[in-house]
Amino acid sequence: MAISHDAHTVKQFDIQLTNLRNQVQEMGGLVEDQIQNAIKALDNEDITAAREVIARDQIINGMQVKVDEDSVSMIALRQPLGSDLRLIMSLSKIVTDLERIGDEAEKIARMTVKTYDGAGSPPNAKLLRDVQPMSKLAANMLHNCLDALARLDVEKAVEVAQGDDELDQEFQSALRRLITYMMEDPRTIGHAISVIFIIKALERIGDHSKNIAEYIIYLVKGKDVRHVKMDVLVQDALAVE
Amino acid sequence: MSTTIIEVKASLDHNLANPETRQSALSSAQITDYDHRQTVGKITVDNPKMICRNVNVYYAEKQAIKHVSLDIGANEVIAFIGPSGCGKSTVLRCLNRMNDTIPICRVTGEIRLESEDIYDKKIDVVQLRARVGMVFQKPNPFPKSIYENVAYGPRIHGMVNGKAEMDELVRASLERAGLLKEVDKRMNEPGTSLSGGQQQRLCIARAIAVNPEVILMDEPCSALDPIATAKIEELIDELRENYTIVIVTHSMQQAARVSQRTAYFHLGDLIEIGETDQIFTNPRHKLTEDYITGRFG
Repeated sequence: MAISHDAHTVKQFDIQLTNLRNQVQEMGGLVEDQIQNAIKALDNEDITAAREVIARDQIINGMQVKVDEDSVSMIALRQPLGSDLRLIMSLSKIVTDLERIGDEAEKIARMTVKTYDGAGSPPNAKLLRDVQPMSKLAANMLHNCLDALARLDVEKAVEVAQGDDELDQEFQSALRRLITYMMEDPRTIGHAISVIFIIKALERIGDHSKNIAEYIIYLVKGKDVRHVKMDVLVQDALAVE
Repeated sequence: MSTTIIEVKASLDHNLANPETRQSALSSAQITDYDHRQTVGKITVDNPKMICRNVNVYYAEKQAIKHVSLDIGANEVIAFIGPSGCGKSTVLRCLNRMNDTIPICRVTGEIRLESEDIYDKKIDVVQLRARVGMVFQKPNPFPKSIYENVAYGPRIHGMVNGKAEMDELVRASLERAGLLKEVDKRMNEPGTSLSGGQQQRLCIARAIAVNPEVILMDEPCSALDPIATAKIEELIDELRENYTIVIVTHSMQQAARVSQRTAYFHLGDLIEIGETDQIFTNPRHKLTEDYITGRFG
């Protein structure tokens, strides 16, 4: 059974559910900005912008807590069932992943501050060549996820889940390249490790986006597709009842 | 879809094996002709205690129940839910022929307890109601002592010999209903002197005193406070070991808490039946979804 779009008899409940969804979408938008800004700051070697990203993470943390508080209160006061219950549970889990994505953006920003604080020489550009394409992939996954959430679009959620493989492969090949540089010239090791932290953060953003996509499939279809093989996920998500 | 065909076939095979029921089996094969909603979910269980097939109930000309077919599993708690007037209580009352007391009420179709057709002419209704007991919405103890309330059934059914045996049965029934400790010293006080929750447990003790196989409960907690409700729910869970329980409830939380399977009724149709967990987290029919999420009407 998909989500019902009819109104509740108790209108206040509809208002609260809509409000909860809006909060999550707003938080998602902010997290998206954080990634963009963190990558831009890294690109521009702008430690002031990076520090702003770090400071803004607090706002995201606060939003996660607020969504969870509201979810608990709705469960206690409304005793939601069916798709309402799935919606509230999923949103509460989605904000956990969004908050972690926010943390990954913060990590990238911290790496930027550390790398460009003027204490040492900046890294060679070739070490950073994988960051741009990977960040595009990661940001794209998150963007599509939030889109799928807004429209409760299962097909799009499936696309996001499928896209995680590509990002993982990018991460593996980037890692191999960095290892080669480090073996060729051990002086690059310090910077290369920083870059590894950055691309690892991007790879994690993909994982969290995939989790969010799985929660969207659960909330729309009622099927738990965590920890299943991709073909099972696709089958469950796109099954017609 | 394929399950439905298999189920219908199984029911036909089952019925055709018995020449007496061949007629009703054939009519159940034609049910698609009628204007009613197909039930979603698996109506059969591996170990049925009662079997309802193609049950229709009419109050005079008005059809209150439309082609309801479902199994009630042995030692399960099954909850009937649905909005007022959906027919859940009517179906419940068919299960021990309480509807017989309503002159304009007519029941067709097949209802079996084990293998016996309970609407067969040979059935003794008093015996049937001893096997399929009932607990009502409002506690209704007899205007007698606590002891007599429980002793009454076994006495009229001639189940015991002598006072000692009766004492034992009364105490055992009260114990099973979780009431013995509270009334041990006041057996001769009127049943009506107890609190609402205690009265309801007294009615359950009275129902189980005649050693029924199935207990029907029609909103047993709607007149009780949360603590008394919790005690009854705990009791239902314990009774499941020895009895099959069918409960009609308006509280979806209660259905979710006490039952293993849930059936959702709507305007006389059995809309959906399934594992309770599935019905409340991921119902398959839109009407079920709309009802349990409070979007109804």
